[in-house]
Amino acid sequence: MAEFEPVLLANINRPNSFTRKEYEATGGYQSWKKVLSMDRNDVIDIVKSSNLRGRGGAGFPTGLKWTFLPKDHPGPIYFCLNADESEPGTFNNRILMEQDPHQVLEGLMISSYATRTSTAYIYLRYEYPGCNKRLQDAIDECYAAGYLGDNIQGSGYSLNIYIHQGAAAYICGEETGLIESIEGKRAWPRIKPPFPAIEGVFRKPTVVNNVETVACVKHILDRGADWFKSMGVPADPNNPRDAGSYGPKLYCLSGHVEKPGCYEAPLGLTARQLIEDFGGGCWKGRSVKAVIPGGISMGLLGPDELDCPLDFAGPGKYGCLGLGTAAAVVIDDQTSIVDFLHNSARFFAHESCGQCTPCREGTSWALKMLNRIKAGRGRLKDLDLLAEIGDTIGIIPGTTICGLSDGAAWPIKNAIKKFRGEFEHYIKRTNPDGYMVTDPVPVFETTAH
Amino acid sequence: MATVIVNGKEIEIGDDERLNGIQVARRAGVDVPHYCWHPGLSVVASCRMCLVETGRRDPATGEISMMPKVVPGCQTPATDNTVFVTDSDKVKAARAMVEEDLLIRHPIDCPICDKAGECALQDYHFKHGREERRADLKPFTSRRRPMGDTVTLFVDRCVMCTRCVRFTREITGTAELMVINRGSHEEIDIFPGYPLDNKMSGNVVDLCPVGALGDKDFLYSQRVWFMKSHDGVCAGCSTGCSIKIEENQDRIYRLKPRENRHVNQWWMCDEGRYGFKYVHNAERQIQPTVFTAEGATAVEWPEAQSHLHNLLKNSPKLAVVVSPFLTVEEAFMLCKLAKQADPDSILALGPVPQSGQDESFANGFTIRAEKCPNRRGVEKVIGHFAGQTTSFEDFVANTDCSSLDAVWVTGGYPQDWMTTDQATKLSAAGQLIVQDIFTSPAWEVASVRLPGVAFAEREGSYVNASDRLQSFEWAIRPPAGAMMEGRLYWNLLGEMGMYDAQRIRQMVAREIAFFAPAAGEIPAEGVDLRINQFAQTNSEVTA
Repeated sequence: MAEFEPVLLANINRPNSFTRKEYEATGGYQSWKKVLSMDRNDVIDIVKSSNLRGRGGAGFPTGLKWTFLPKDHPGPIYFCLNADESEPGTFNNRILMEQDPHQVLEGLMISSYATRTSTAYIYLRYEYPGCNKRLQDAIDECYAAGYLGDNIQGSGYSLNIYIHQGAAAYICGEETGLIESIEGKRAWPRIKPPFPAIEGVFRKPTVVNNVETVACVKHILDRGADWFKSMGVPADPNNPRDAGSYGPKLYCLSGHVEKPGCYEAPLGLTARQLIEDFGGGCWKGRSVKAVIPGGISMGLLGPDELDCPLDFAGPGKYGCLGLGTAAAVVIDDQTSIVDFLHNSARFFAHESCGQCTPCREGTSWALKMLNRIKAGRGRLKDLDLLAEIGDTIGIIPGTTICGLSDGAAWPIKNAIKKFRGEFEHYIKRTNPDGYMVTDPVPVFETTAH
Repeated sequence: MATVIVNGKEIEIGDDERLNGIQVARRAGVDVPHYCWHPGLSVVASCRMCLVETGRRDPATGEISMMPKVVPGCQTPATDNTVFVTDSDKVKAARAMVEEDLLIRHPIDCPICDKAGECALQDYHFKHGREERRADLKPFTSRRRPMGDTVTLFVDRCVMCTRCVRFTREITGTAELMVINRGSHEEIDIFPGYPLDNKMSGNVVDLCPVGALGDKDFLYSQRVWFMKSHDGVCAGCSTGCSIKIEENQDRIYRLKPRENRHVNQWWMCDEGRYGFKYVHNAERQIQPTVFTAEGATAVEWPEAQSHLHNLLKNSPKLAVVVSPFLTVEEAFMLCKLAKQADPDSILALGPVPQSGQDESFANGFTIRAEKCPNRRGVEKVIGHFAGQTTSFEDFVANTDCSSLDAVWVTGGYPQDWMTTDQATKLSAAGQLIVQDIFTSPAWEVASVRLPGVAFAEREGSYVNASDRLQSFEWAIRPPAGAMMEGRLYWNLLGEMGMYDAQRIRQMVAREIAFFAPAAGEIPAEGVDLRINQFAQTNSEVTA
């Protein structure tokens, strides 16, 4: 750990780190100038050989995604930078965009060049006005410096970058929901196929990448693929579908720790290491009850699962959905898991886009049941219903269009499975008379005759 | 040929057919429940009711590999060696889940809902749902709000299939309807001040699989299970939409479009849909009357028939105005009658009402300016008997009616269709026989008044503007006193037994080359009469 030098966060604490002058003083835009004379396929090959996987949540190999674009497509290709960072507990993109926007822009420019894009949209969530200003200032500086616009640096390549502010909806973080939103429509995710690489924004081939992903692209071009692959966890040879987890990652640590914050570390750090080494341990001398491994939608790690490595494959082995955005939220032993699940259900019931029936109705049903449990009218059978909702919604069982409903299902599923005893205790304590009621409809007694 | 396997049964589909799981299952006789999918609209795959299991069969080894999850049938294309399973436990569980989810916030007010009896939510719940309700939640708020002059929304009954929204976006292009709010608070709504007022608005009620969108015209007027549905053809314009006429005890309660890919796809316009009211107008004429020098005599039909029989016999010079509201069979018999009485009789086409311009929508649905159903058919029949067609205006202008012994005018128009001047000219003839459903200037001066029937009371065939012949049977009986034109002509021609439109149609097909393709059984979507017309009248076909 000691030899690791942060790269993504290297400059965020410098004064005026968000200006072009300061950025170029630390070697910024050298890669961009170099890339402009390179062959596009070489850029893609470098990114591909680095095994960079998307940082937005799903962990799809970035270079592979770029190769899905149709060859020799005559019309425009669009690039969408997904800066709709709305997963609860996640704030790494915000730090990048606010403190080092040029790093993001350079990555975006290189990625756009590699994918033959001449128009790039930054889909920025509405709640980040600071990022909006910093990014827009940075873009203006780039135009002034000739890094953006027509015929950049005489290379014949033109690129324009626009910021598109969302209207504060979680669903816009889903790539096809984001695309619909850019088109000015209701952000209902599209059915796939066709995937965005074939038909995306305005029915044209489109690449959607996360902010941290393109920032990594910049550093891969700076330092080479081998540097990137020198960090992280290699692919499991027994699992042909595992692409490995390489490179640095921004871990967002929040919740009940002494030192919450955004920390950069090579992928593969365990949850315990993150909490102990970076976060200074659980706060107030308490012990850890549960950890959300990567954003609330990834589920929960129990107190005995803290050795779970936080790489792309790790949380899956512990019953969680995946690494997600690597935003760890620590829950201490004085917090009720019922409260946690209620809060999570409230978020997902509010943010479900409402397109697919199982997610629209399932999330609100789960919330209503949890409302009732919290109000002291819970019954043990409600836990089975909650577990069933958790098991049946999402693209993994196949009942919804987008993967965000899996995110709604996993906290329910994990919480009920890993903390069932606490739920049962809570229900018995708060509803001592009715917790065993099994008849769903109240029975009205009729007068005997 | 591509082979698709549905529940173990092999189905052959054509190479150029693009079918989805629902359609291919239907071929195999398997009904896949669905809400949001509609063949005329884009696929959104959001209701998730049509979840099925799918997989591929290896053509070489015959080995089947299934996908681990369920997929929506509407979004899964059927290609060679695709496997669909629609009756596995996994599929049943998924359907039960969706059905249970949809009923969580549904008011279940079937006893007061117009849709009860033809509601997909109801039917699917009985077939695929759970027996008990596990969601013991207070479900609903019972709100209702108008969408426009024709349609009202029962907010809580909606299952958010968005068919209505897609219809206004994709078919009419007016996009009045939209989805507001998010998650379980979603509702269908209009933008304030922009109500649903396009010319096809009634279709959203047909599209609604549940009772959320109600037709204000039909609302609370009849339980659907009391009504009988009859296949018919709309007489509102020369498109001739295939429709269903739904009636109870000879009263029409509503018209609905019937799928016909060649004519109206799945739609019909509001003008046609709500335009049937004149059939039950109290002003309908129902008393056959004969006027002689002694004055008016109300007669029964047998007397009227013998009177007409004598009248035709004693009319060496005769003219007939054949209404474009008559069926092909009726026009044929009327012309035949006229030619029997007077081989040189004048045959004229009745007035052809025009209103506005033809209006086309996506998928080729057209509302025609020509507001009568059978101009093409009547024209062709007259052309056969008289060589050429005379328009009503030319006939009135160029004929000295006082030289004629009798003029027989047929009407059946829902609107005003002739002027007093025209009637005065016609009345110069020795006898003026008028067959109509309402009074008109001609009716006032007629010497024989014969009450006719309206469109749903008729039987026969109409030929629409693109030469497609559709046959239909009567849906309701005419009011007592009125007689179907065809029955009268049948009797006057001396035919025995009950009026049989099919026999006349076969006769027409034998005698008139234009109608030759209509000799056999007429399928539900009709027969294209242009099929063998190329040899004869090529110019006409292209025009």
